[in-house]
Amino acid sequence: MAQSQQPTTRKAAIVGGNRIPFARSNTAYAQASNQDMLTATLDGLVARFGLQGESVGEVVAGAVLKHARDFNLTREAVLGSKLSATTPAYDVQQACGTGLEAAILVANKIALGQIESGIAGGVDTTSDAPLAVSDDLRRVLISLNNARTWQDRLKVLGRIRPGMIAPEIPRNAEPRTGLAMGDHAAITAEEWEIGREEQDELAARSHQLMAAAYDRGFFDDLVTPFLGLARDNNLRPDSSVEKLAKLRPVFGTGEGATMTAGNSTPLTDGASAVLLASDEWADAKGLPVLAHLVDAQTAAVDYVHGGEGLLMAPVYAVPVLLVRNGLALQDFDFYEIHEAFASTVLATTKAWEDPGYCKEKLGLDAPLGSIDRAKLNVNGSSLAAGHPFAATGGRIVAQLAKTLHEAGPGKRGLISICAAGGQGVVAILES
Amino acid sequence: MSDWYTTFANSGFGTTITRQLGLPRPAVLRRYEPGQPLLPGPAVVGSAGEGRLRNTVTAVLRDAGVTVQSPVTADGGTDGEKLAAVILDATGLTGPGDLAGAHGFLAPAIKRLRPSGRVLILAEPPSDAGSPAQAAARQAVDGLVRSVAKELLDGSTANAVYVPEGAEDSLAGPLRFFLSGRSAYVDGQLLTLSPADVPTREDDEKPLAGKVAVVTGAARGIGASIAQVMARDGAHVVAVDIPAAGDLLAEVANGIGGTAFQLDITADDAPQRLVEHLRERRAADGRQGVDVVVHNAGITRDKLLVNMDAVRWNSVMAVNLQAQLDITQALLDADVLEDDARIVCVSSQSGIAGNRGQTNYAASKAGVIGMVRAWAPRFAERGATINAVAPGFIVTEMTARMPVGTREIGSRINSLQQGGLPVDVAETIAWLSQPGSAGVNGQTVRVCGQSMLGA
Repeated sequence: MAQSQQPTTRKAAIVGGNRIPFARSNTAYAQASNQDMLTATLDGLVARFGLQGESVGEVVAGAVLKHARDFNLTREAVLGSKLSATTPAYDVQQACGTGLEAAILVANKIALGQIESGIAGGVDTTSDAPLAVSDDLRRVLISLNNARTWQDRLKVLGRIRPGMIAPEIPRNAEPRTGLAMGDHAAITAEEWEIGREEQDELAARSHQLMAAAYDRGFFDDLVTPFLGLARDNNLRPDSSVEKLAKLRPVFGTGEGATMTAGNSTPLTDGASAVLLASDEWADAKGLPVLAHLVDAQTAAVDYVHGGEGLLMAPVYAVPVLLVRNGLALQDFDFYEIHEAFASTVLATTKAWEDPGYCKEKLGLDAPLGSIDRAKLNVNGSSLAAGHPFAATGGRIVAQLAKTLHEAGPGKRGLISICAAGGQGVVAILES
Repeated sequence: MSDWYTTFANSGFGTTITRQLGLPRPAVLRRYEPGQPLLPGPAVVGSAGEGRLRNTVTAVLRDAGVTVQSPVTADGGTDGEKLAAVILDATGLTGPGDLAGAHGFLAPAIKRLRPSGRVLILAEPPSDAGSPAQAAARQAVDGLVRSVAKELLDGSTANAVYVPEGAEDSLAGPLRFFLSGRSAYVDGQLLTLSPADVPTREDDEKPLAGKVAVVTGAARGIGASIAQVMARDGAHVVAVDIPAAGDLLAEVANGIGGTAFQLDITADDAPQRLVEHLRERRAADGRQGVDVVVHNAGITRDKLLVNMDAVRWNSVMAVNLQAQLDITQALLDADVLEDDARIVCVSSQSGIAGNRGQTNYAASKAGVIGMVRAWAPRFAERGATINAVAPGFIVTEMTARMPVGTREIGSRINSLQQGGLPVDVAETIAWLSQPGSAGVNGQTVRVCGQSMLGA
């Protein structure tokens, strides 16, 4: 492996995290807005670490589905929270990579000494989703607003046609292909010959591991209840391969369709936040350091014309990260591969094992090899918790940081998150 | 959760109605607020026999800016300025004959007592008496103070403090507590002091400044109030409650600048996790220790004994008693308790009087009283204390859900004719947590308005 080319900057510490339990769309949080959820999540973090009235360096968060009024979502959430009103904030959005990207942005500013502390987060609701009026109606309404006389206004109103009234509902589909993300994942699953049973196994394992983690109190300092929910309501502790095998496929077509509602993540509402800081800041506050964010990498693939799967970008990002840090894929104690779909995780690991793919697509002399499944998503992941798009990164960062901290000093973890638009965000944490 | 009846009885119309119908007329109690003087008026200090505490008492009062008046004699007038407190030094009692002096001092003085006044009798413990006659006289104080408490009107209270030989230095803190608004709902109680190294007097407004205090069951009710009062008095509060109550807990912590720690205290590894948490979170001055632990978390699972299943029995024991034992022991073993630590355990009136349908609860709460008594000598060796507080009828969300009749009767059968507030329990606990309470150890202080139950 190549020599580490890391510049000598300090590494940002992960002090801890907080999230609200994730809720399936239109259930417990049906009436909650993104701002409600993000504010509650920040307040839970403030309470956990005694940050009342504190001004942290920066709060960075975002949402994938966002109302126009939420143009300054994170700053508004900060103003509604117990943090000092002098805490700056900005929004980011990189689809499902938002939360991890936010953490990287905060960590980089800490690494450069531009800030001493920061909070990275994300929130999404598919229940309180922004409905838009059709483009035709929108143009009419803007003209109406600009009209000065009654006659003009009546004339403009006369342009409205019944067909314009139907609202535009945001869809979980790629704008350039019109395909749902699940349909894209199904194409990849078929290409990589990912079987139904291994997907169901991965899903059942995720539920079982997360339920066990809840039972042993692992999430006691990672989650704060919200609106009557104390655990993720997608979590099925009694999930099993047998039960999952009974579900009908919902993505893909024909005999080869393997992806069901059980081995795909559901639409979910929720929010998460992670507290990052310099070691000095944490020490001065008497707060622990769970892990450090060592390095991160993004990648994107051409899923429109390039023949690559929509969710395969992390496969490309990881080798770049490994080379830069002088590491092999096997040099990790824990792997957090976001379970957008069980098939995504399996296609990702299979791609790293494939010599032809690694050579042709990733330009590697040898395949990255396989990973020890026992080290993968050890406390459950998105199939169990659910996946409020922008909130998943924060959930994973805090969860992995705690896992590493529990395992003791010097442990290393890899995060891999796929995102819409053919993008991927990956990162290394170290305790 | 305000007491609608007390509000009504103190309104213009309500005063007329309650007087004419002979209904209870609960007073609005004098409760502590920061910046409040110790007493709203002068105090009178007298003795029965050759007491040894008058000078100590007078010094404490003068230091707090209280005007100290000379005793009024039995035939003296009842005119003159109304008194905020009447303090009798009965440490000089040698036999029943000396009690006449108590009567002679108290009777005219109490006639001049203001509303929310305080009667406090200082005596020596009957167990230390040199003769049967002396023991009789000292024990007589018990009946005297309890009866005075029942006779007092308008929110006034009477309590006694037994001060053994050598425990004179322990008196100042308890004296201030009983005279102040902090003891509003403590009535008819007898507290025994022990000799201790009492630190020099703390900041009156922030007696817990710089202290780290763990409060369990802090998400709501009495626990939330304890956390708030501790923070008001200067402590950094680590608010603990079950994970399912985490949102309320966060709200409490955020309201007082404390921290929230979600923990099921009955989990096997709970004591260890609390220890780790306290070690990881250092105080601002770098210390890793904890100064105050309030074992407040408690549950009820009521059922008549014959109908009670093991789950009800065991869960109540686990939360109310075993967790207090295990956590205290773990903190001792791990050496995270500061030498002069204060442990306060919440017991209950049910643990003293018993309660139908609460065999499990009453047993657990009585157990708490035994626990603090047994642990007290060991805590004393290091300058620490462990005490219990037994609340009576306290108006909370829980009592608000009781049927009106049961609630109204439950809240009136005490000398103050009203339920207490969570803050009354909290004030007592915060007082026991003060450095100046070093001489109060192994005691159970009832906060019950002199309830008729178990009195």
